[in-house]
Amino acid sequence: MKKFLASSIFFFAYLAMSVSSSAYAQLNIVITEGVDNATPIAVVPFGWEGEGMLPGAISDVINHDLRRSGRFNPMTMSKMPQFPRDISAVNYQQWVDKGINTIVVGKVKELGNDRYQIDFQLIDTLAGSQLADAPQVLQNGQLVAGQSQLIAGRTLTVTGQDFRQFAHRISDIVYEKLTGQKGAFLTRIAYVVVRDTKTVARPYQLVIADYDGENELALLSSKEPLMSPSWSPDGNKLAYVSFESGKPQIFIQDIYTMSRIKLTDFPGINGAPNFSPDGKQIAMVLSKDGNPDIYIMEIATRKLTRITRHRAIDTEPSWAPNGKELIFSSERGGKPQIYRVNLSNKRIKRLTFEGDMNLGGTITPDGSELVIVNRTNGNYHIARQNLADGAMQVLTTTFLDESPSIAPNGSMIIYSTLHEGTQVLSLVSLDGRFKARLPGVAGQIKAPSWSPFLR
Amino acid sequence: MKTSTSLRSLLIAVPVMTLMACSSGPSETELAAERNRVAAEQAAAQQAAQQANQEQVRMEAAQRLQQAQEMAQQERDSLVSMQTIYFDFDRSTIKSDFYSVLDQHATFLVKNSAQTVVIEGHTDSRGTPEYNIALGERRAQAVETYLLNAGVSAAQISVVSFGEEKPAVAGTSEYAFAQSRRAVVVYK
Repeated sequence: MKKFLASSIFFFAYLAMSVSSSAYAQLNIVITEGVDNATPIAVVPFGWEGEGMLPGAISDVINHDLRRSGRFNPMTMSKMPQFPRDISAVNYQQWVDKGINTIVVGKVKELGNDRYQIDFQLIDTLAGSQLADAPQVLQNGQLVAGQSQLIAGRTLTVTGQDFRQFAHRISDIVYEKLTGQKGAFLTRIAYVVVRDTKTVARPYQLVIADYDGENELALLSSKEPLMSPSWSPDGNKLAYVSFESGKPQIFIQDIYTMSRIKLTDFPGINGAPNFSPDGKQIAMVLSKDGNPDIYIMEIATRKLTRITRHRAIDTEPSWAPNGKELIFSSERGGKPQIYRVNLSNKRIKRLTFEGDMNLGGTITPDGSELVIVNRTNGNYHIARQNLADGAMQVLTTTFLDESPSIAPNGSMIIYSTLHEGTQVLSLVSLDGRFKARLPGVAGQIKAPSWSPFLR
Repeated sequence: MKTSTSLRSLLIAVPVMTLMACSSGPSETELAAERNRVAAEQAAAQQAAQQANQEQVRMEAAQRLQQAQEMAQQERDSLVSMQTIYFDFDRSTIKSDFYSVLDQHATFLVKNSAQTVVIEGHTDSRGTPEYNIALGERRAQAVETYLLNAGVSAAQISVVSFGEEKPAVAGTSEYAFAQSRRAVVVYK
C-alpha cells in the first residue's frame, strides 16, 4: 500500500509537471548564469488524497519560483531519496547525504465542493539529522518532530482555482524564512508586445501576466505604439502612453474593470508616467513648453506642477521610495546622466558620473541603490550604483539593455534586451550573479514593469 | 429748303414703291423680317462664338488649373518620394545633403498654404525608449525649424516623435540603425 501511494504520488506529480510546462507557453525561462552559487533545496512532490488527479501542480510552482529567485537550486525529482508527505516520514540523513539541508513537504486533501486542504512544512534536514534522537512532541493532536527542524508549516483550505496563488504564497514563506527577505512571487509584470507591423492589424499590445508569465492578459491592442507601463502602488492600475490617436497621450487603466481615463493630451511629448508612492500623483514628461521637462500631476484634480525647467532634455522621472524626491535623466551636463531633485526645495544634484552616459534610473525599495542603464564604450548595460558611496557595478552582459524594473523586494531586475535580433525580457539579480532570459513566443517584448506586492 | 423738298418727294415715292413692291419684289415687311432674321442669326452666331470663346477660355482655365493641380500633385508625389531626412547617431542637426530636399518641401508648402504636414521624429533602438522619444522630437523640431526659416507657416506644421517605437528597418545592423534615425515629412 505504501509503495502504491508513493508511486501514485510520483505519477501524478509527473503528469502535473508536463501540464505545467506546456502552460508556460508565453514566457519561458532560460537560466543563463547563477545556478552554481544557489542554495540546494528539495521540494518534494505533494501527496494527494482525493479522486482523480491533483488539480494543481503546487510543488512545481514552488520549484519554479525558488529556481527563478536565483537564490535556490531545487533538486530534480529523479534524484530525491524519498517522497515524504509530512515531517514524520522524513529520513533526515538521506537528504543530508545528498547535500540537501532544507526540504519542503506537503499534502493536498480533497474536502469536496472544490475545496482542498493543503498542508506544507519547511524542514531543516541538517538540524533533523543532528537531533535524530530528539523526542517527538504532540502538536495540533498530531505527533510531530521537535520544533528545531520545523522551520515553518501551515495548513490552509483553498479552492481549486487558488492552487497557483497558494503555491506562490508557500514560495514567499520559504523564501522569507530562508533569506530574511520578503518573497516577490505574488506579483505581476506588465510589458509591451510588438508583433509584425506589416502583417498584424493591431501589432502593439499592452500585456499583464503573473511574475512567472502565467495568466497572461492583453489589456489593449493597438495599431499604434504603446509605451511605458507603470503600476499604481496598489497594483490595481497601470499608467501608460498610447499613440492610438496619432500622438502620445497618457492613460490610466484599471486592470480588473478595464475602464480607463485619458490623463493627458498636451501638445508634444506626453511620456514616462510614474505613480507616486502614495498613488495620488503621477510624475511625467511633457514638452508642451518647448522641450521635455519633468512635471507632476495630481490625479484627482489634474493639477500640474512643473518640476524642472531646462533647455536640455529632462526625462525618465522615478520616485524615491520616500516620495520626497524624484530622480530623472538629463542632458544638462552634456551627455545624459541621472539627477535627483528635492521636491520641497527643487534643488537638483547630479548622481552619476561613470561611463559615456547613464539613463533610466530607479531607486531600490530600500532606498540604498540606484539601478540604471549605463553606456560605456558604446555598450548599454544594466548597472547599479550605491547611493551612499557612489560605487557602480555593471550587472549584465547582454546587448542593448534598457527599461530596468525592480522587483518590490529589491532582489531582482527585469529588463528588456536584444537576443538574436529579437527584443526579449531578461532577469538579473541585484548582485548580478543570477541571469535568465524570458523568451516569448511571438514578437518583440519590451518595456517591462514589475508590480508592487499583491495581496 | 432743299432738304424739305427731297423729303417731300421721298414721302411721295415711298407709297409708290410700296405699291410696286406688291407685285414685283419682297415687301418692306419681308425685308425688315429678313434683316431681323439675319441680324438675329448674326447675333446668335456672335453669341455662340462668344460662348464658344468663353467656353474655350473656361476650358483652358480649367485645364490650366488641372495642370497646376497635376503639377502640384506631381510635385507633392515627388516630394513624398523624398520625405525622409536621415541623421547621425545621437545627433539632431540636419546634414547639408538634405538642404535642397527641405528647400523643395518649403517652396511647395509656401506655394500651397492649405497643405499641412506632420513631421515624425524617429531614432534607432540604442538608448532608452524615453530618451529616444525626446531625441526623436528634437530631430522633428530641427526639420520644423528649417521649414519655418524657409517661410513655411507654423500653422502648416505639426510634430510628433515616435522615438525607437517604429524602426524603418528591423534589426541591429549599422544599416538598420542608419535607416531608422530619421525625420519624415508626412503630407496630410
